[in-house]
Amino acid sequence: MKEILSGNEAIARGAYEAGVKVACAYPGTPSTEILENTVRYREIDSSWATNEKVALEVGIGASFVGARSLVTMKHVGVNVAADPLFTLSYTGVNGGLVLVCADDPELHSSQNEQDSRNYAKFAKVPMLEPGDSQECLEFTKLAYEISEKYDTPVLLRTTTRISHSKSVVNLGERTDQVREAKIEKNAAKFVMLPGNARVRHVVVEDRTVQLSKDGCCMPINRVEMRDTKIGVITAGISYQHVREALPEASVLKLGMVHPLPFDLIRDFAAKVEKLYVVEELDPFIEEQVKAIGIPVVGKEIISICGELTPGRVRKAFGLPENAQTTVEKLPGRPPNMCPGCPHRGVFYTLNQLKAYVSGDIGCYTLGFMPPLSAMDTCVCMGASIGMATGAVKVLSPEERKKVVAVIGDSTFLHTGINGLMDMVYNKGAATVIILDNRITAMTGRQENPGSGHTLMDDPANAVDFELLCKAIGVKNVRTINPLDLDECRTVISEEMERPETSVIITDKPCVLIKREGIFKAGAPLQVVEESCTGCRACLKIGCPAIEWIPASGKKGKAHIDPLLCNGCDVCSQLCKFSAIQEAK
Amino acid sequence: MSDKVTNIVLVGVGGQGILLAAEILSETFMLAGFDVKKSEIHGMSQRGGSVVSHVRYGKEVFSPMVPEGEGDILFGFELMESYRYLSLLKPGGTVVVNDLCIAPPSVLVGQETYPADMALKIQELCPDCLLVDGQNLAIEAGNARAANTVLLGAVSKRLDIEEKYWVEAIEKMVPKKALEVNLKAFQMGRGLK
Repeated sequence: MKEILSGNEAIARGAYEAGVKVACAYPGTPSTEILENTVRYREIDSSWATNEKVALEVGIGASFVGARSLVTMKHVGVNVAADPLFTLSYTGVNGGLVLVCADDPELHSSQNEQDSRNYAKFAKVPMLEPGDSQECLEFTKLAYEISEKYDTPVLLRTTTRISHSKSVVNLGERTDQVREAKIEKNAAKFVMLPGNARVRHVVVEDRTVQLSKDGCCMPINRVEMRDTKIGVITAGISYQHVREALPEASVLKLGMVHPLPFDLIRDFAAKVEKLYVVEELDPFIEEQVKAIGIPVVGKEIISICGELTPGRVRKAFGLPENAQTTVEKLPGRPPNMCPGCPHRGVFYTLNQLKAYVSGDIGCYTLGFMPPLSAMDTCVCMGASIGMATGAVKVLSPEERKKVVAVIGDSTFLHTGINGLMDMVYNKGAATVIILDNRITAMTGRQENPGSGHTLMDDPANAVDFELLCKAIGVKNVRTINPLDLDECRTVISEEMERPETSVIITDKPCVLIKREGIFKAGAPLQVVEESCTGCRACLKIGCPAIEWIPASGKKGKAHIDPLLCNGCDVCSQLCKFSAIQEAK
Repeated sequence: MSDKVTNIVLVGVGGQGILLAAEILSETFMLAGFDVKKSEIHGMSQRGGSVVSHVRYGKEVFSPMVPEGEGDILFGFELMESYRYLSLLKPGGTVVVNDLCIAPPSVLVGQETYPADMALKIQELCPDCLLVDGQNLAIEAGNARAANTVLLGAVSKRLDIEEKYWVEAIEKMVPKKALEVNLKAFQMGRGLK
């Protein structure tokens, strides 16, 4: 049967067909939809973990007792999971284990542009890289075979364009594993004390050599001979751009990007007049080809930064560009917090209080955008609290009071909690605001241990943030309504003054929350035109529902779009002239 | 079947139903027997940001991205976003655009103004331009939210694909309770000259 699937949907389907029993992940764009699709197959136990390290550990546990498991994450998530990954390379698997890491060339929604292929080489784990949705499905199945045949975890690398683009896929049937999950003790393989690990390291090195040799006759590493003037080594989405831009070129398409099939590369290089590597991000293939003494052109003509497109490949090869229409510069259209978003009032207050805001990763990172302009740092998931601790270690007592860390509920549970324990333990005198909107909002509203539901939609325990903070030693824990600006200002400024660790928890849900009864919109508001003095105070919260109409009155007036307004009432609290009222 | 790949670029603002329209287009082309690739970037752009989706179909499609200057049709849901992405369209390409302005944040707060005469400027650069009153036609069809299907109808008229495949794709992709309105909206769009 044929269907149009995204790369992520196809990987989920591939895992299903491969007989996977356990799938675990922490959501991260562009990888998120893989687990949102495995959950449709009830034969797979799918779950959101608190972070990527835990997700991989869950996958390892299932693999060690014999089941095939799938673990997915975005590129920066691999940094979190790197610790177990590197040792998993030594232990190998029992049931096949595939770790999907989704890279994000061009940083469509990420904080850096790292190339995960380096992790494959660094951790000494084979990596497959599909070039469209059909290959996403096939390579996932193949990855399980390689994993079990070579006793290794397998990395499956995608990029945003593969994860989120759709193409036609032929579906197959699920093959239920012969292997039953059961306990098999094998300490020499699964307990990585130095004595055992030294033995396994030799196994790992042999495995890489063997895979490189076997890779030469794997059909996923294929040579397409056409005109021999130009030969291109490429993989993944870059292959598609090469076929588009250089239809006549001969191509060595690598389906396995680590270890490289060196004999196949030598053979291909000998058949073409000039050899190129076309790859996104790092010169990963190029450097290794050069290291075996084969001259090749790569990053001299293709940027190390950003995503490739057919146009960029054409340009690199000096081909004429298409005629293009040029247009004048336009106002930008950046993402924005939703109307009624519970974060808006907190960021408005932090701006008013001139706080130094140590930020984190989530929707609330948008708090850095004008007019709220209330975020000063943002590095990685869970970092805001640790960074605040570092800042107060060196600031003067007066400056210390300005330091506020903000972190979402899911991010706090991901790795923020460690930072908070450290802050209490080491007496960091900063204020931490847990922006609890009951959901992992940024990646598309996934459940987490604070939301009270699992990925498979079963009711679950909801973490009590107040009790949790108290249990790890925070004496000052307060909960506020983030939509009440007076309360925000009073509580946040009081806690900022306090010379010890404070935690403030906000208690309003995300407006986009899917489950019914969690978010309730208020009645839409309207601007009473006669009362509006055109002071623009309401514009300072940057709500998409409030529009400035220059033509209305001499100074202009504000207008609220009733279709967008969720009636959170934050804007009316800013209006000194009571011009914002419930719409009649 | 010729080797030519047809390129469609869909642009608009997050929340306008662009991704669903792109899904229906892709499904239609697959049902009609073509190879199809579709590409979009979502994530941050869900929150009112600019959204672009590329759909390509033909005998065999390689890259999922429409190369700059090779778009056959620019399918716009909002005027300024349509103007912004005209560079993807080939010279002499077709524009089907919703006659609608949505102000971006800088305009909402009065820092910048929404550029004047967007529709005229698009028509000047691309004479083969159909301006569709999607909002009002959708209301006429029974639901303001079906504007994307009205536009889809207008686009369908410009592609050589049998009507039955369009209808089949809409029936598959649109939720049952909204189907009747959407089929009506599609026909209204298809009836536009």
